[in-house]
Amino acid sequence: MSQKQSALGPKPHESAHKHVAGAADYLDDINEPAGTLHAYIGLSTVAAGTIESMDFTDVLTHPDVLGVLTTDDIPGENDVSPTALHDDPIFADKDVQFLGQPIVAVIATHRDAARRAAKKAKITYQEKPALIDIRAAEKAGGEFVTPSLTLKNGDVKAAMEKAPMRLKGEMEIGGQDHFYLEGQIAMAIPGEDDTVKVISSTQHPSEVQHMVAHALGTHQHAVNVEVRRMGGGFGGKETQGALFACVAAIAAKKYKRAVKIRPDRDDDMVMTGKRHDFLATYEVGFDESGKIHALDADFAARCGFSADLSGPVTDRALFHADNCYFFENVELRSRPLKTNTVSNTAFRGFGGPQGMIGGERVIEEIAYKLGKDPLEIRRANFYGPNTGNTTPYHQIVDDNIIAQVVDELEESADYQARRQKVLEFNKSHKNLKRGIALTPVKFGISFTATWYNQAGALVHIYKDGSILLNHGGTEMGQGLYSKVAQVLADELQVDPARVKVSATRTDKVPNTSATAASSGTDLNGMAAADAARQLKARLVRFAADKFQIEEADVKFGYEHLDCAGKQVPFEELIAAAYMERVHLSAAGFYKTPEIHWNRETGRGTPFYYYAYGAAVSEVVIDTLTGEYFVDRVDLLHDVGNSINEGIDLGQVEGGFIQGMGWLTTEELWFSDKGELKTHAPSTYKIPLASDRPRTFNTKLVTWSKNEKRTTKRSKAVGEPPFMLAISVLEALSMAVASVADYKICPRLDAPATPERILMAVERLKGQR
Amino acid sequence: MNFDSKITFWLNDEKIELDKLKSDQTLLDFLRLEKTLRGTKEGCAEGDCGACTVLVGRLKNGKFRYQGVNACISFVASLHGTHIVTIEHLKGDQGLHPIQQAMVDYHGSQCGFCTPGFVMSLYAMWMEKADPTTTEIEEALQGNLCRCTGYQPIVKAARNIAKFGSLEQDFLVKERQQNIDRLQALENVTPIAISQGDDQIFVPKTKAQLAEIYAAHPDATLVAGATDVGLWVTKFMRSITPSIYLTALNDFDAVEEKDGQLIIDGGVTYTNLLPLIDEKLPQLSTYWRRIGGAQVRNMGTIGGNIANGSPIGDTPPPLIALGATLTLQKGDETRQLPLETFFIDYGKQDRAPGEFVGQIEVPLPKPEAHFATYKISKRRDEDISSVAAAFYLEIDGDKIGALRIAYGGMAGVPKRATHVEAALKGQPLTRDTFENALNAFDQDFTPLTDMRARAAYRQQVAKNLLLRFFDEHFGEAESLDTLRQAALVEVN
Repeated sequence: MSQKQSALGPKPHESAHKHVAGAADYLDDINEPAGTLHAYIGLSTVAAGTIESMDFTDVLTHPDVLGVLTTDDIPGENDVSPTALHDDPIFADKDVQFLGQPIVAVIATHRDAARRAAKKAKITYQEKPALIDIRAAEKAGGEFVTPSLTLKNGDVKAAMEKAPMRLKGEMEIGGQDHFYLEGQIAMAIPGEDDTVKVISSTQHPSEVQHMVAHALGTHQHAVNVEVRRMGGGFGGKETQGALFACVAAIAAKKYKRAVKIRPDRDDDMVMTGKRHDFLATYEVGFDESGKIHALDADFAARCGFSADLSGPVTDRALFHADNCYFFENVELRSRPLKTNTVSNTAFRGFGGPQGMIGGERVIEEIAYKLGKDPLEIRRANFYGPNTGNTTPYHQIVDDNIIAQVVDELEESADYQARRQKVLEFNKSHKNLKRGIALTPVKFGISFTATWYNQAGALVHIYKDGSILLNHGGTEMGQGLYSKVAQVLADELQVDPARVKVSATRTDKVPNTSATAASSGTDLNGMAAADAARQLKARLVRFAADKFQIEEADVKFGYEHLDCAGKQVPFEELIAAAYMERVHLSAAGFYKTPEIHWNRETGRGTPFYYYAYGAAVSEVVIDTLTGEYFVDRVDLLHDVGNSINEGIDLGQVEGGFIQGMGWLTTEELWFSDKGELKTHAPSTYKIPLASDRPRTFNTKLVTWSKNEKRTTKRSKAVGEPPFMLAISVLEALSMAVASVADYKICPRLDAPATPERILMAVERLKGQR
Repeated sequence: MNFDSKITFWLNDEKIELDKLKSDQTLLDFLRLEKTLRGTKEGCAEGDCGACTVLVGRLKNGKFRYQGVNACISFVASLHGTHIVTIEHLKGDQGLHPIQQAMVDYHGSQCGFCTPGFVMSLYAMWMEKADPTTTEIEEALQGNLCRCTGYQPIVKAARNIAKFGSLEQDFLVKERQQNIDRLQALENVTPIAISQGDDQIFVPKTKAQLAEIYAAHPDATLVAGATDVGLWVTKFMRSITPSIYLTALNDFDAVEEKDGQLIIDGGVTYTNLLPLIDEKLPQLSTYWRRIGGAQVRNMGTIGGNIANGSPIGDTPPPLIALGATLTLQKGDETRQLPLETFFIDYGKQDRAPGEFVGQIEVPLPKPEAHFATYKISKRRDEDISSVAAAFYLEIDGDKIGALRIAYGGMAGVPKRATHVEAALKGQPLTRDTFENALNAFDQDFTPLTDMRARAAYRQQVAKNLLLRFFDEHFGEAESLDTLRQAALVEVN
């Protein structure tokens, strides 16, 4: 080989050629076994109450209906709570806790029949008063679905009293629907004895396996869960797929036929959890330089009727309220509130974005109070390299590069000159106003549930030299399969075309963690690399024996083994190794070192490392209507040493736009009765191509390497860029602030719909 | 009347003939469940996400054109005489079609679920415009949602299709004559009727046949573009039988300019009216391009939007402001009425059973008149208006002359702001006049709060749009949209 070839680099997604041809099979595209039945779930029509009666006569008279499933048909436990709190029933038993809660599943020979029949169930309720939003829940006493967390450092009370300046405020932060393009879906195929195979669109096959086993009253070894790919997940398929899988499995065992379940989009949006809405209330003490002396804040979240992942989600909100800033004296409290709404769940960032935007609001407040550029306040409070680097959870930030990232972006985006131009524009325009903002991101990488930070991989090399890779991570579009295959090919020094990634299955790699927390490549890449190293060691030993040389003289080269000068092509090597009875399969394993977290004391090192980034956004608003557009965005993001720049850029750009949707047009609107009225793309508006910034520059930090021994020294990229979109909200806020000469913080709530912008404009005009 | 008894169309390279068919059979279910063509995806089943986009080739008045439509809300009964092209049919010299290869090389897919729909929308665009601008790409993709990529790599791919192949070498271009011949062979004026159990389908070929069939079956559901009727089926599971499909009519989609008026047949789609709008009513061009996405504009008709009677339909406010007249037809009889009087109350229109929207006559603005249209929505494109407004104003010396102001989203029907008009008419053309007229809004409108907007916002924005109209037409104000268009940097 004259030139070193690399398996790494910006190769297309492993399924791209199938995506574009409609040849990538999603669950609903898989051929159904003969006689497959279809289930459809009937939903509650009240937000709180007790079921008085259920009459399925009209359902069962439908010619294509075989029967219905209710709680009585569940052989095991009626629960899909991911945290063993037993508060998440598959079907409402007696108490209905939100509008849209599953009560019954109709089983029919085809989906349309099941769906039509499900509407014919006659269910009556004794209605109870329902708590729909955060303020109502607080007013009613503020019941929690899971214990609150407090993070504390220093003496917040004393420092607040001594601070030269103080202010209080609050911010409403809206939730977000995942809007994965492929909705929830599962198919269960019954097997012998108690066995069942479940194909599920899930980010967490092991948990689906666990839940199905529980619901069936059997052991996990009887349940095999498989997922080749999802049509998007974003956290919405971390826990939310389990219910559908359980219903399909219960029906499959009952009717001894394959059963598929796929809710309509509207029902999917009504019955599955979303990003938590938050109400952040804060008091901050600071000085004339903008330095924060004390911060005291509550983060109240609409959790819905059950805990689901609300505990770790609201924890993570606190973990990220500091963002890049040192709070010497701080107290942060979470308030995971119970409401009569769908149980909110994981969503890209996992509470982190809500915490971070609360922290950034505090920065903004100080800036307007002092009449300074918020960027100045940011810099005045950045974590220091050596001192002032303790987080509210007492982890030391020891890999801090935010100052360099911000400096580089400030220059490359021409921030200062453009800010001046924005100020000038606003002086000369009556109706149109511009705003610009530079916001940073620091995001902690690792599951805060420490035991989740483990992964397994299974690698087979076949006699012809082709390689089959299986690992516990799931592919939802983020390119995990591509990256792990590249890592494996790189470790084995083979052409990535040799590697096929097979569907994630619980019978291949057991006890896997959710593909979540941006951890997929970090964990599964390392596990695959571990398997590769085992195989390489065996091959080296074999070659040393075969050629009677020292192991040290055997070296892996691209597509070959160098045996003391003799080049043995990979295929030849494998064929020979097989004949010599070398074990050509290996199970790799990885667990993240160094991390620990004690929730009781609020202290620990929950994160292995941090990923950093920064964004400059510039917007224009129309103060007559509240309409706006995003004019220009410059992103600079740290992925360490990138494994695949194409995929990483896609995560950064895609995450940013998704974050922008959360903060601008995506509004969850519940009626007083608790009915979600924005339950379809006709009413729930995610960004379109035409919402992209009119200029959109994205760069990866070229000089960053992960200090920690991660896969190829890369950094996790799934979630962190999402929060770069905070710059859009703050730019909108600045444009609004212009109508009162930047003297008042607009306190723009999210999402900043045109309505919220106009109302804020009107409010500020009234205050000036 | 003699009827044929089957629907015939081409699906990729297969001739499909159906003599058994239900009114509510959607194209998407037909593709996925009957034909096992599962490359076309269901994302929302309401025509908003575009994952189910397929091409429909139609031969109309000798012109053959492919357009993207949403298969989820297209009914098979509306496809007679068409050529349906799905993602499975695409091919290129080296396997993948140039658009597909561009999407691969530019990382245009992540989860891939929306991707077939994007490819089909881009294909429809590319056949009309081989070298599209970024703006044209965004317009072509208004009806396609992607949740992963942030669109940037898709737009890049679309800007660089030429690197992967030319339109001249495209397989559908090469096969064009063959496909025209196939459709021509299906052309005749015999209407189609299919009965299956209680279900009845009619596919008239001429307006006269439509009038006769509808008069005989006044309880029938008229299905034109199905952009709303589709949802009656996919979301509300309503029965639409007996059903009459208007898409095969050969004399119901003409537009012409005559004596300073646009004469628009009820079956004209948004897309097919667009060239004339750009030419004769440029004040409506941006507004029009913000109605639905490309697929919905390809399907939806002006007549359907009006007959539907929705208070948030986007065509009535501008048409009322222009003083449009509606022609309703029942059997051989027609009657005319001003469009604004057609809308009586929420859910109630001045339309008798068996009567349909035959034509719309739209007077063009006088040369010296001012005309403006505004659409307010949470998202700029492919969103239902929270408020729509249209202003038509003639100047009489230094005073305000004849004027019509119409709003959507402000009442149970699209409605003129008569009190506001009265407050302006005959007054000096000054901002003070406009500001003084704002109080009259409270006499004209008491809007509702819903998930699109709260009442207070609707009222405020309705008022402010009047000021915007003044500022943009008689003041010096720059419009947000002008600035937005100027700001766009071509993606490369």
